[in-house]
Amino acid sequence: MFEPLQEPFMQRAIAEMTLLAIAGGALGCWVVLYEVSYAAESLAHSIFPGLVLAAIAGIPLLLGATPAIVLAALAIALAARLPGVSRDVGVAVVVTTMFGLGVLLALSPQSPPGIETLLFGDILGPSDGDLISAAALVVLLGVALFLLHGRLLATGFDRGGARALGLSPAFADAALLILLAAGIVVAVQGLGNLLVVAVFVGPAAAARNLTDRIGPMIAVAVAIAVLSGLAGLYLSYYVGTAGGASVALAIVVAYLLSLPLGLIRPNRGRLNLAAGYDH
Amino acid sequence: MSSEALIEASGLAVSYGGPPAVTDVSFRLRAGERLALLGPNGGGKTTILRAVLGELRPLAGTLRVDASCGSVPQTERSRLDYPVSALEVATMGALSRLPWWRRPGRDDRRRARTALGRVGLEDLAAETFGELSGGQRQRVLIARALVQDARVLLMDEPFTGLDRPAADRLEVLIANLAAEGHAIVMATHDLEQAQSWDSVLCVNRRQIAIGAPRQTLDREVLEATYGGAIVEIPGGGGRAILPPQHQH
Repeated sequence: MFEPLQEPFMQRAIAEMTLLAIAGGALGCWVVLYEVSYAAESLAHSIFPGLVLAAIAGIPLLLGATPAIVLAALAIALAARLPGVSRDVGVAVVVTTMFGLGVLLALSPQSPPGIETLLFGDILGPSDGDLISAAALVVLLGVALFLLHGRLLATGFDRGGARALGLSPAFADAALLILLAAGIVVAVQGLGNLLVVAVFVGPAAAARNLTDRIGPMIAVAVAIAVLSGLAGLYLSYYVGTAGGASVALAIVVAYLLSLPLGLIRPNRGRLNLAAGYDH
Repeated sequence: MSSEALIEASGLAVSYGGPPAVTDVSFRLRAGERLALLGPNGGGKTTILRAVLGELRPLAGTLRVDASCGSVPQTERSRLDYPVSALEVATMGALSRLPWWRRPGRDDRRRARTALGRVGLEDLAAETFGELSGGQRQRVLIARALVQDARVLLMDEPFTGLDRPAADRLEVLIANLAAEGHAIVMATHDLEQAQSWDSVLCVNRRQIAIGAPRQTLDREVLEATYGGAIVEIPGGGGRAILPPQHQH
């Protein structure tokens, strides 16, 4: 049980995973409530060419991921403005183009060995830079989500009503996507391009099944993310499975467990019976 | 009652980016007045509300809004499991006064509690919003507008889906708020509901008529509003019903 904790590499892995889990669980609640899970997944995949270029150039992945995510966000915004192009079509075209470009670069002769860690992450071997950027992400998200809490809550609840209150739904959307982009570029180094979205969606989706207030939802999402992260790392340690994939698997299991638990939660069953009727 | 108009529209046309959804809208709304926007689905009622809220810009004409407006929308079913309590929803009204980095505090929550008491929901403050009945949800949203200090309440089909007692409670609450000087604009397709209000604006992609319901709602206006013939029910005391009819 405590054996993995003796290993220095596992201590670092647990520290990195716990920081990413705190960030992913908390921010994920807003991703789920704003129904931008698809955007999260898209942003994650579209930074792949930036990661590959950074790997080829031998610079920190963060420096490749950041311009790529900005480029993807701008391309999506522009594509959605083209007449006759709906938003999800715009997203799909941009993401497949970017991801395809990344694959093309990854398969080029210049690409260094070990490119698959960009896809699946390297949660078991975080660098000092990874740990520092994950810690900085937690601080950034903690401050931003604390300050923006009321606005995010009111805007997600009722956009028209929020506008009547003098709030800007566009501001809330932009703030959320910028924080999400920051979260993804940091977390992608540990969890990989294909799996990073799991930590930004899974724990929060599970928490939503288990809670009916935003405060408890965030707390439960963070707890599920941290525990799933630990479970995944332990699985990886003892069974020898890939770290990022094991964490993603643990998150999926937590979500599946939340489904039946959510159904037996007090009050939950009353929702559809009571809604719309007066008594 | 002040004669100063809180909202004044003149020759207003509004669109969603394409051709105008509604044209020729002119009205004045004063404090204490209850104005019903009557028309068929797609007739432009919600469009007018959204223009007043500033969500849609006038395409032509002028629209002057000199008072804070509170929105009392229909709750989308998909939002019924949003994780907030009635008190949290009412407290959202305080955000209109706070700079973006400030969170609502204890005073704001106390005001929200008072507003919930005002709409008769003190005991349900801790309930999940989505688990309340339709009429209770409408009253929570009115409480949010009261915390906002909104002088004008914009209500979108507030009576839809309410049973008789709930509708009566809401009608009494609206009358009391109007008596206190709030102005209320309600979008409705319910002719009967509109008849008890101070004035009615009939709209079907353009303004058909405006005035006191008794003088305004005649057969000609209603046929133009609903775009179809009006059928008298035999023995219905002369009251007409409107067959829902879509003309393309």
